[in-house]
Amino acid sequence: MRKNGVNMIKISAKNVDVFYGKKQALFNINLDIEENQVTALIGPSGCGKSTFLRCLNRMNDVIDICKVQGEIVINDFNINDKGCDVVRLREKIGMVFQKPNPFPKTLYENISYGPTIHGMAQSKQEMDEIVETSLKKAALWEEVKDRLHEPGTGLSGGQQQRLCIARAISVQPEVILMDEPCSALDPIATAQIEELIDELKKEHTIIIVTHSMAQAARVSQRTGFFHLGELIEHGSTDKIFKNPDNIKTQDYITGRFG
Amino acid sequence: MLGYTSYYFGRKKAYTIQSTNKRLTALPQFYGYYLAIWCAIPAFIIYSLWAIFEPTIVKLLILSDYANQGYLDDELNLIYEKTKALSRGQFTGEVTSLIQTSSEKYLNLRSIAQSSKVVIVLCIIIASVAYAYKRISSNNRTREPVEKFFNAVLFTASLAAILTTVGIVFSLIFQTIDFFKVIPLFDFVFGTHWYPAKAFVRDSSEALDPTMYSDTFGAVPIFAGTFFIAFIAMCVAIPIGLMSGIYLAEYASYKVRQYAKPLIEILAGIPTVVYGFFAALTVGPFLKDIGTAMGLEVSAESALAAGGVMGIMIIPFISSLSDDVITSVPQSLRDGSYAMGATKSETIKKVIFPAALPGIVGSILLGVSRAIGETMIVVMASGLAANLTLNPLESTSTITAQIVVILIGDQAFGDPKTQAAFALGMSLFIVTLCLNIVALRVVKKYREKYE
Repeated sequence: MRKNGVNMIKISAKNVDVFYGKKQALFNINLDIEENQVTALIGPSGCGKSTFLRCLNRMNDVIDICKVQGEIVINDFNINDKGCDVVRLREKIGMVFQKPNPFPKTLYENISYGPTIHGMAQSKQEMDEIVETSLKKAALWEEVKDRLHEPGTGLSGGQQQRLCIARAISVQPEVILMDEPCSALDPIATAQIEELIDELKKEHTIIIVTHSMAQAARVSQRTGFFHLGELIEHGSTDKIFKNPDNIKTQDYITGRFG
Repeated sequence: MLGYTSYYFGRKKAYTIQSTNKRLTALPQFYGYYLAIWCAIPAFIIYSLWAIFEPTIVKLLILSDYANQGYLDDELNLIYEKTKALSRGQFTGEVTSLIQTSSEKYLNLRSIAQSSKVVIVLCIIIASVAYAYKRISSNNRTREPVEKFFNAVLFTASLAAILTTVGIVFSLIFQTIDFFKVIPLFDFVFGTHWYPAKAFVRDSSEALDPTMYSDTFGAVPIFAGTFFIAFIAMCVAIPIGLMSGIYLAEYASYKVRQYAKPLIEILAGIPTVVYGFFAALTVGPFLKDIGTAMGLEVSAESALAAGGVMGIMIIPFISSLSDDVITSVPQSLRDGSYAMGATKSETIKKVIFPAALPGIVGSILLGVSRAIGETMIVVMASGLAANLTLNPLESTSTITAQIVVILIGDQAFGDPKTQAAFALGMSLFIVTLCLNIVALRVVKKYREKYE
């Protein structure tokens, strides 16, 4: 890992191209993600920011026609190499989706799902601990500690999304990818999640895709602006929002297009 | 044709009114429909009434000639039948002058009736169309009556379906009750001997003696046979159907799925008779040969052959339904599981299968109710002797096969043997009804969960 100012580089994307069938969705993306920082990816719909996010834990593998080229280096290891173990990779890089997607199981089983498949707990006691700490970190413990064995789908939208965050952190990932995690939530739930993101960055590197410029400005330290499959500009959030280099970035941020 | 003509006139008049710049209350077509309905309905009613009453009236007219000549009712009927036969040219007996005259009169009456029917119906059509035509004006409402008419037609259609069902159920119930008047319910439900052939040998002049049937209609062997064969069928159908469903939904590429799914569904299109003789002529002897080679005694008509082939028949149901159910599990759940680092099989086992379980159970229950109701395969491949056995290599029989046995050939209504078929049908109906209700409930509950 190289030094870059104060922060270490966690993920480094080099010349990433993505194709859906014949259509190219991302063009030559080069982006470094810093450790223990929140990086926001902004841009109009269809600009490729979610596609880029899904490259980072190889979720694009699920889509048959999707092809990723280029290097994505995490911990000095190119995840697009043939030798990369996707299961290990996704253990290290968790993901939270746009729509809360708890499994149709109990709260407890939702959290214990990851640790079970990765064999992280030797006993029931250890598992209980993992579940408790994960829920506490996701600021959900107090609300649900008496109903751990009720279905996760019975929670409110905001609670469900925090449950999904708790599920993601239960395997102690180094990086958490968030794909518009608040777009289905009301302002209060959004505020709770944003607070949580701020808390989580102490232990995890966070990359968040968002449509809300205000949210990007509130939660992130670094921002990347995507447009039509290209990374137009990236840098510290302050700079991007106050003094962007590129006119397109300025237009988008000031709401002139997009 | 007349209906179409009146439709045309109605629309034309409506257009005319419209062209004189008056606003109509409905589209011109509605005026056309309105007229067509007025043309068809009264004429149809008169025509059907005519068709119903014409023979009776003709008969009365002919027989009134002989009413006071001291004939008995039976003789009058005979004369009438002879008359009819002669006028149709199908009479073979001796032609008396009496029959000759009445036959001429009959033909005469019929031709009068025929022509007057045409005239009357035409008159009515013209009258009612004229009436309706006069009523067409710019402020007369036609949309409501036309809509009401279509409503009534659709209602009648669904009513016919429901009434038929109710009728069948009631005839089942009454015949079953009659049956249980002769054969005690207890003997039927718990008796272990089923030899309905015994009821054949009864001399019909003898009085019914219930004690004679005490070990004739014990339905336990055939209930057991039914469930046993259904069980064998499900042992074949559930694993294969479910696994192929999972493969199609989760693993198969788009191309494979495109070809494999229709192929599997072809299985569902094979008539059960074909399955039946496949079981009886191919699978049964094959099993017998294998069994003999292994030193086992296998009946050529074994429960195993029938059940196995029945299972193959049910595979497409389970496979296709569970494929649908699994495909409808939201992609977000799959993504969530993959993002946690789960492999495909872990995801299927721990997330998708439990989420789809109610739907899968529903499809299995539907499969079971089909297995229980299946007839041809059993009749052909598993024999008709109602043995009480749990050996899959022997022949057993099922409810449906027994109903076939009982009702093949001549049978008398009101005979306990015939009524036994109704009792069996009733019990079959109850079982499959319960299964279907439970299955539909389960499937519905599953749908609600994700919508």
